[in-house]
Amino acid sequence: MIPLSAYTAVSAVLFIIGLMGVLVRRNFIIVLLSVEIMMNAANINLVAFSHYLESMAGQLVALFIIAIAAGEAAVGLAIIIVVFRGKISTNVDEMNLLKW
Amino acid sequence: MMPFSSADLFLILPELLIITAACIVFVLDPVLRTSDKDGLVWLSLGTLAVCMGLTASQIQAPATIFSGLVVIDAYGAFWKLLLYFVTGLTILLSHSYLKEERLYFGEYYGFVLLSLVGMMVMVSSSDLLTLYLGTELMSLSLYVMAGLKRSEPRSLEASAKYFVLGAFSSGILLYGISLLYGATGSTRLPEIAAAISSRNLDDPLLLFATILLTVGFGFKLAVVPFHMWTPDVYQGAPTSVTAFMAVAAKAASFGAFLRVFIEGLGGLKANWSAMFLILCLATLILGNILALVQINVKRMLAYSSIAHAGYALVGVVATGHMGNSSGIASVLLYLSLYAFMTFGAFAIVAMLRKGGIEGDNIEDFTGLAKRHPVAALLMLIFMVSLAGIPPTAGFIGKLYVFMSAVEAGLPWLAAVALIFAVISAYYYLRLVMVMYMREPSDLSSTSPRMVMSPSLSIVLACAVAGVVIFGIYPNPLVNFAIQAVSALK
Repeated sequence: MIPLSAYTAVSAVLFIIGLMGVLVRRNFIIVLLSVEIMMNAANINLVAFSHYLESMAGQLVALFIIAIAAGEAAVGLAIIIVVFRGKISTNVDEMNLLKW
Repeated sequence: MMPFSSADLFLILPELLIITAACIVFVLDPVLRTSDKDGLVWLSLGTLAVCMGLTASQIQAPATIFSGLVVIDAYGAFWKLLLYFVTGLTILLSHSYLKEERLYFGEYYGFVLLSLVGMMVMVSSSDLLTLYLGTELMSLSLYVMAGLKRSEPRSLEASAKYFVLGAFSSGILLYGISLLYGATGSTRLPEIAAAISSRNLDDPLLLFATILLTVGFGFKLAVVPFHMWTPDVYQGAPTSVTAFMAVAAKAASFGAFLRVFIEGLGGLKANWSAMFLILCLATLILGNILALVQINVKRMLAYSSIAHAGYALVGVVATGHMGNSSGIASVLLYLSLYAFMTFGAFAIVAMLRKGGIEGDNIEDFTGLAKRHPVAALLMLIFMVSLAGIPPTAGFIGKLYVFMSAVEAGLPWLAAVALIFAVISAYYYLRLVMVMYMREPSDLSSTSPRMVMSPSLSIVLACAVAGVVIFGIYPNPLVNFAIQAVSALK
């Protein structure tokens, strides 16, 4: 029997990896992947809590999140493609037309 | 478990109708000739009018449907009516704006409607799952709309930045939701409230979940220090979309945020009101100071919208401090009055053209009073209202928010907010000064001119009527806000 704390620890580590990825990495696609990692950290939490609390709600929410994450990735990749066509770069630092 | 019934479907008929209208727009757009595409505008507006009637009839009949996922009450109806109104204005404004920009995207109206459905789900959700679904439906549509001007690199950059920060904030919000579920064992707001009331409030899991929810909502509400995306996105996005984001998306985010923090996390008031006090002060200070140095009107209005979120937070802090609902009623009032003046200001910016592009720098407004006296007068009214000078709607909004702070025993907070309202008058009235006291430099063909059209006239008439009428006689709106708040548990 794996204790609940093990699941929450894994999920916390994943969440921090995703958070740091968004804040530190400069490639748009890596940033998008990092956001997906953050969402999956939430999914692990939800399913683990759902199992230990013996309530189905958490697993339902996790299913919805998986579906929405797919939609979000589709919109995100579409935006990346349009930006890439104009700039031939996916580096976030080069998006600097708008500042202050 | 309550069984599913067809009566539930009848109660979400407004949402269903708007989704249907959006799908019809998406399907008909490639089929119709360009000259017939105005029909899509009238279809969208007609649907909104029908939904307005349906929602108004639901005010008196509260109901909890879909096993507690969605709640229909006066609070949701207040926001929905405001959102229909703003969406209608957005569609009318876009009708002339898109023609000027030579953007012929019929699906634009479909995205506006889908985004509206997301907002309606947000404000009527009594479960964190529906709240999240609504937020994502709203945001995904807005990401696309921000980048619709595909030939313009700024628009694409705005879309990309909005997407990254929006998805990031959703991730944080979700992690907060998962922790709250773990701490309370439910995602339903009433059950969360019940679980919180029966346990130790210093539970670290609960506090951490509250902090993450605050950060997640902080991004959506654009409060400092989670505001970095706002100026860039508001400046880069097409102006009609900016107006929609600044007014409707902000109103819906406040609607959902208040429901979660009052109905769900009401037991943790003492904890979150301290957090919001800091956010509120930071927002008032940074929003107003950074607006002072802007030379682009859209960017200046973006910082102004950040500052206005700060004034609205004063009401939230007051409620958290005292526990009375007058603070929340003042927030509802503030945001509905803010909608009129901000939308009007963005409508003027959208229709000021310089050659083929938008004249959105402050210098483009030079001598506008000489060339377009009516437009300059309307902009004057919106600016005076945004600065909060009587007898305009902006004054009434600030008056009620500051009064709620004084009632809650926070007169110093009202004083600080008042000082920053005075500072804000500088950047609003600077635009008025530029319009009225400077001579137009040259009257060549490239000098900025206003493009007037019937639909734009309707938008401006509605906005200015709201600003003036509610500035003089706000009682109906005040009473409706109080009625709406009394529906919150």
